[in-house]
Amino acid sequence: MIPDSPLGQVISLSTKRLVQDVPAPNGGDAVLRDVVSGGPFDGAVTGFVLSCLPDSDAPVLWVSDRLARRENGRLYGPALRQFGFKGQVLRVEVSHPRDVLWAMEEGAACAGLSAVVGEIHGAPEVLSFTATKRLALRAEAANVPVWLIRSGDHGALSAARERWRVSSLPSDVHRWNTAAPGAPVWEAELFRARGRAPGTWEARHDAAARRPEDRFRLLSRSGDGPLAADREPAADLAQR
Amino acid sequence: MDRWRRIVSQQRTLPSDDVPVVLATQGTHGPVVYAMNVEAVQRGVLEGARVVDVQAIHPDLHVEQADIEGDRKLLDRVAMWARRWCPWTVRDGVDGILLDITGAAHLFGGEARMLRDIGARFKMQGLSTRLAVAPTRGAAQMLARFGGGGVICGPDDVEVALAPLPVAALRIGEDTVRLLQRLGLKTLGRLMEVPRVALMRRFERMAAELNPLVLLDRALGRLGDPLNAPEDAVKWMARVRLPEPVIDPVPHLEGLAADLCRQMAKAELGARRLRLTIYRVDGEWRSRDVALASSSRDVAHLVRLMEGKLDGIDPGFGFDLLTLEAMGVEPLALHQDQLDGARDASADVAALLDRLTAKLGPEKITWSAWCESHLPERVERRVAALAGDVVAAPLILRERPLRLLNPAEEIAVLYAVPEGPPARFRWRRVAYLTARHEGPERIAPEWWRDRPGTRLRDYYKVEVRGGRRFWLYRQGILGDGRGGDPEWFLQGIFA
Repeated sequence: MIPDSPLGQVISLSTKRLVQDVPAPNGGDAVLRDVVSGGPFDGAVTGFVLSCLPDSDAPVLWVSDRLARRENGRLYGPALRQFGFKGQVLRVEVSHPRDVLWAMEEGAACAGLSAVVGEIHGAPEVLSFTATKRLALRAEAANVPVWLIRSGDHGALSAARERWRVSSLPSDVHRWNTAAPGAPVWEAELFRARGRAPGTWEARHDAAARRPEDRFRLLSRSGDGPLAADREPAADLAQR
Repeated sequence: MDRWRRIVSQQRTLPSDDVPVVLATQGTHGPVVYAMNVEAVQRGVLEGARVVDVQAIHPDLHVEQADIEGDRKLLDRVAMWARRWCPWTVRDGVDGILLDITGAAHLFGGEARMLRDIGARFKMQGLSTRLAVAPTRGAAQMLARFGGGGVICGPDDVEVALAPLPVAALRIGEDTVRLLQRLGLKTLGRLMEVPRVALMRRFERMAAELNPLVLLDRALGRLGDPLNAPEDAVKWMARVRLPEPVIDPVPHLEGLAADLCRQMAKAELGARRLRLTIYRVDGEWRSRDVALASSSRDVAHLVRLMEGKLDGIDPGFGFDLLTLEAMGVEPLALHQDQLDGARDASADVAALLDRLTAKLGPEKITWSAWCESHLPERVERRVAALAGDVVAAPLILRERPLRLLNPAEEIAVLYAVPEGPPARFRWRRVAYLTARHEGPERIAPEWWRDRPGTRLRDYYKVEVRGGRRFWLYRQGILGDGRGGDPEWFLQGIFA
């Protein structure tokens, strides 16, 4: 673990790697987590949540409201297996956020599900602090992890145990083709959490990893100026 | 034919009476006539004739597809409905119903008045009938089919009544009919006159259902021929009668559900569909249906499902009778699959499906189903979770976006390059600068499904400056002769 100080994260230089792996959010923990989309029309949130879901045969309940579907599109089933998600998705497509919250609460009370994911666009009135608090309590009571994806909303109140903000970064260099986008990279910012320190990481998902816990990696962003500057040309390598 | 008239008259105009109409079914050499209307009968159309032959003779022939399975189902239901006259009824062949009216005719004022009643009531339903009463089942069916309408035959004159009927009335095979006719035995009367020993020797090896002698003996009452009527369907229903009208059904639900579950538990059954009906004091009734993912007789679960559906029920001035009925039941034995008493996870999911479906509607809760297609928006279909089952996704080798916009949205190209995707484009009023791209992946239109003239698509995975990754496609190529300049669309968002 990395010791935290008031100034930020301290990286011990004695370790071999310059940036150290930070434990990923344990997807199996049955708490409510908020993931806020860093920008509009960003697929990073979906990828982030999918890679955090636990490996299980039990279905995942995926609830979305009409606006979220219209803004960000529907979850596309044929891509899931490629992405490395093996489970089944039970889709609930409703029009009003009120029904999303109701269905999520019902799902959170059902121990037969491996996880519940809800998508709500904007900041509707029904998605109040009380509503999220209810969801959080339900999730902890029935031991089902609950994820709430919020797009088009920046920092409304929420009682979620962990709050993330995820956005896309320029992708890795493609292994064979420098002109093509490679494996996705996301910027994951934990801006509010209970029981752990907030921070900002670079997140990657590796669908080919053998062990499920290796599939998802978070790397501390280096605060080092030259190093950070080095990354930018690497990302734009394709243009030259 | 009557059923067809009834169905068609609800949906469109019937052909006029002077047009011959036939219902066709599939024969060995193409469609053959299965049933026909009065005009066709008068013109001499025969059952079993090939439709093309009939069409050649009568160019104005109107042909429709026969629904034999539907006819049979209707007849089964009508046979059950006919138990209003007597307790034992059964479907007979594809076009008849047998009623055992022993001891029931006097309730309707004698056999003649009963026949009139039956005929009138069938006419009300739009069905035509030919009726006959006879002491035996065989004689009744022969008289009804071959003896003209409304024959009432007493126990003493069976032989007299049957004598003029053709031998085909016995419903023996065609070969036997031809054989008897060749022997000169064209009517049942002639058949009865022939010495039995000779006939017995001839038809010795025949099965009892096809043996003319046995059938004749049954019709004349010399052999027993009991009626094997199916059982009445059991109704799983619980009801509460209230001493005075109330407005709120909720307090009575639990008692009703407990009563229903107790009945079903005795028979080891579980409900799949439930109907709650309230009977209002003003004579109206209202009902609510609930479907379940797996059969259940859990009182708390049923009550919870029903409670969600009661918001829209209109109690009027109150109601005094409340029934809860299990419309569909399935065997459900008690089972325990874990010794530690933990709950079964799949049962939990089934209960969740029930609750979601009951509140939100069946079409909103779906599993994915797959369709073999190259076009990305056609690969995935939604099936209702209660009706469908989980199917594993097909493996697609090319990379696909995690989110799909359906329909795809058109983008404005700000700066086009001859090869590859646009260098700058505008989507939803924001301009994007392409940083890197991969492609094209060409997906051709599916000629067996698409309209002619549909253009092909070239898909590109595009990463814009800043990091978001989109799936664009160009519809058509310049100079493919299927429209003007190709258009660009955005169909998906990658992770």
